[in-house]
Amino acid sequence: MSNRIDEVIKKVQKEITESDIYRSIYRIPPGDTPRTRLLWILDTVYLHLHPSHVSRHGCKYFFTWGMGGISFLVFLILTFTGVLLMFYYHPDTANAYQDMKYLMHDVPFGPLLRNMHRWAAHLMVITVWLHMLRVFMTGSYKPPRQFNWVVGVCLLTLTMLLSFTGYLLPWDQLGMWAVTVGTNMARATPILGHEGPFGEQLGMTAYNDVRFALLGGSIVAGNALLRAYIWHCIALPLLVGILLMVHFWRVRKDGGISGPKLEG
Amino acid sequence: MWQNIWLIVSKPDNIPIVLMMILVAFYTTVALRLGIKNDRLRRQAASNRASSEFQQGTALQESNGAATVDIFYTPEEMKLPKRVHTFPFLVKVEFLAALVVIVFLMFWSIFLDAPLEEPANPNFTPNPSKAPWYFLGLQELLVYFDPWIAGVVLPTLIIIGLMAIPYLDSQPHKGNGYYTFAERRFAILAFLFGFIGLWVVMVVIGTFMRGPGWMWFWPWERWDPHRVVSETNVDLNQFLANITGIKALATPTASMIIGFLAITLYYALTLGGTYRYAVKKQLPDLQLGLVRFMIKYWFFWTMMAIPIKIILRLVFHIKYIWVTPWFNV
Repeated sequence: MSNRIDEVIKKVQKEITESDIYRSIYRIPPGDTPRTRLLWILDTVYLHLHPSHVSRHGCKYFFTWGMGGISFLVFLILTFTGVLLMFYYHPDTANAYQDMKYLMHDVPFGPLLRNMHRWAAHLMVITVWLHMLRVFMTGSYKPPRQFNWVVGVCLLTLTMLLSFTGYLLPWDQLGMWAVTVGTNMARATPILGHEGPFGEQLGMTAYNDVRFALLGGSIVAGNALLRAYIWHCIALPLLVGILLMVHFWRVRKDGGISGPKLEG
Repeated sequence: MWQNIWLIVSKPDNIPIVLMMILVAFYTTVALRLGIKNDRLRRQAASNRASSEFQQGTALQESNGAATVDIFYTPEEMKLPKRVHTFPFLVKVEFLAALVVIVFLMFWSIFLDAPLEEPANPNFTPNPSKAPWYFLGLQELLVYFDPWIAGVVLPTLIIIGLMAIPYLDSQPHKGNGYYTFAERRFAILAFLFGFIGLWVVMVVIGTFMRGPGWMWFWPWERWDPHRVVSETNVDLNQFLANITGIKALATPTASMIIGFLAITLYYALTLGGTYRYAVKKQLPDLQLGLVRFMIKYWFFWTMMAIPIKIILRLVFHIKYIWVTPWFNV
C-alpha cells in the first residue's frame, strides 16, 4: 500500500517538476545532484542571500538557535500583517480606536490580523535579544565581525523603537499612557529637555524641547499619533530595511556563520 | 493567592514576558552548558596531544580548535567534510524553523486576543502607568535615579556600551566563534550580569512586582491603592552629617562638594584599583592601551554603580549622592 502511495507521489512530483510552467518559474533542472544543489542557491532570488556552502555546525540548531533568521521571518510577518492593517486604520484620534473595534468585530480575520501583528511584535523583541545573547556567547562579535555587531545593536534599538511607536496606534488607555510615560523621559534629556540638566538655562521649554519634537506638541495628542504612525509605518521600517541589507551583506562578507578557525 | 498570581501572569500583555523569562533562562543555560562542555573537550584534546607528543616526539596535525564544534557532531558526522551544501542542509533547518514559528504565532493569535483597553483619555491616568514591557527595566530604575539618568543617559550608555564591546576586547582570538566559558570568564559574567541581572530581572520586577504608586507588591498580593509607605530618604551629605554630627555637612554647598568628591573618588578608586590589579596580574587588557582600558572599565564600573546605588537606597536610605541646583545624581 505505502509503495503504491509512494509511486503516485513520485508520479505527481514528476508531472509538476517537468511541466512547462514549473520549468519557466524555476531555472533549476530536475534531479538532486551537486550541480542542482548549487543552482538552488545561486539561481533563485530568495535563496541567493545564502552562500553555496556552509559549515556543517552552522546547520545545527543549537549552534545559532536560528534567532537571527527567526527575527527576520518575524519582521516579514510584521510587514505583511502591518500592510494589511494599514488598509483598516486611520491615524487620527477620532477614528483610530473605532478602527480597532471594527477590526476586532467586523473585519474578516481582523482579530487574527491584529493579534498576529501584536504578538509577532513582542516575539521579535524577544528573538532579537536572544540573537544578541547567542552572538555574544559564541564570541561572534570578534574580528572580522566587529562592525556587524554595531549594525546589530542599531537594529536592536530600532526593533524596540518600532514596537514602542506601534504601542500608541490603537489609541487606547494602555498605549497612550505607556507612550506618555516613555516620552516623559525625553523632558529630562540633558541640555535638550526642559526639565533636564541645563535645559532650562539654555532656554528649553515644554514647547521647544526634544519631547515637543517627538510628539509634535506638548502632550500626547493627535500630532503625536500621526508622528508615531509615520515613524512606525514608513521611517523606521525603511531604516531597518537598509540596515538589514548591510547586516546580511556583512554576514556573507565576514565569512558566514561564525565558527572556530580550522587549520588547513 | 494563586488567583492573584494567575491574574497578573495571564494578563495578555504579560504573556510575552513569561515567554521571555522561559526562553532567556533556557537559552542561557544552553549557552553555558555548551561552553562548559566545550572547555572540557578542549582540555582533554590538549592533554591527549601533549601525551602523544611525548610518546611520538612529533606534534599531531589535528587542530586543537576542531574540538570546539565537535560537541555538535555525532561520531559518524566527525568523519564527514566540515562544509556542506547550503541547499538542502541549511535551507531545510530554516524551513522547519519558519514553519514552527508561523504555526506557533497562528495558535497564539487565534487563542489570545491582543489587549485593547478603553479609549485613550488624557483626563484619567491609570495607576500604575507602565511603559511597554521591554522598557520597564528603565522605568524600574526611576525608583533609584532621576529621569535624566534612568530615562536618557543610561539607555544611551547601554547602546554605546554594547556597540563598543568588540573594540574593547583585548583577546579577540579567544572564544571567537564557539561556545566557551573558561576562555572568556569576565566577558561572559559581565555581559550576563548586565543582560539578565540588570535588564531582564528589572523588566520582570517592573511587570510583576510593581503596583499602584509603583509600590512593591508580590504577585500573590492584592493591589491596594491606599497603601501608604513612609520612608525617609536622605541625601549622602545629610547621611554623613547624621553619622558624624557635623552640622556643616548638611548645607547645600557641602552637598555639592561631597557629591562631587564621592563620585570622583568612586571612579578614581575603581579605575585605579582595576588598573593596579591588571598591572600586578599582567592582564591582557593592558594591551588595549591606557585610553581604551579606561573606557572599558569606565563602562564596567558605571554599570556596577547601578546596583551599588540600589543598595545604598534600599539599605542606607540614601536618595541622592550628589545634589546640585541643576541636576541630582
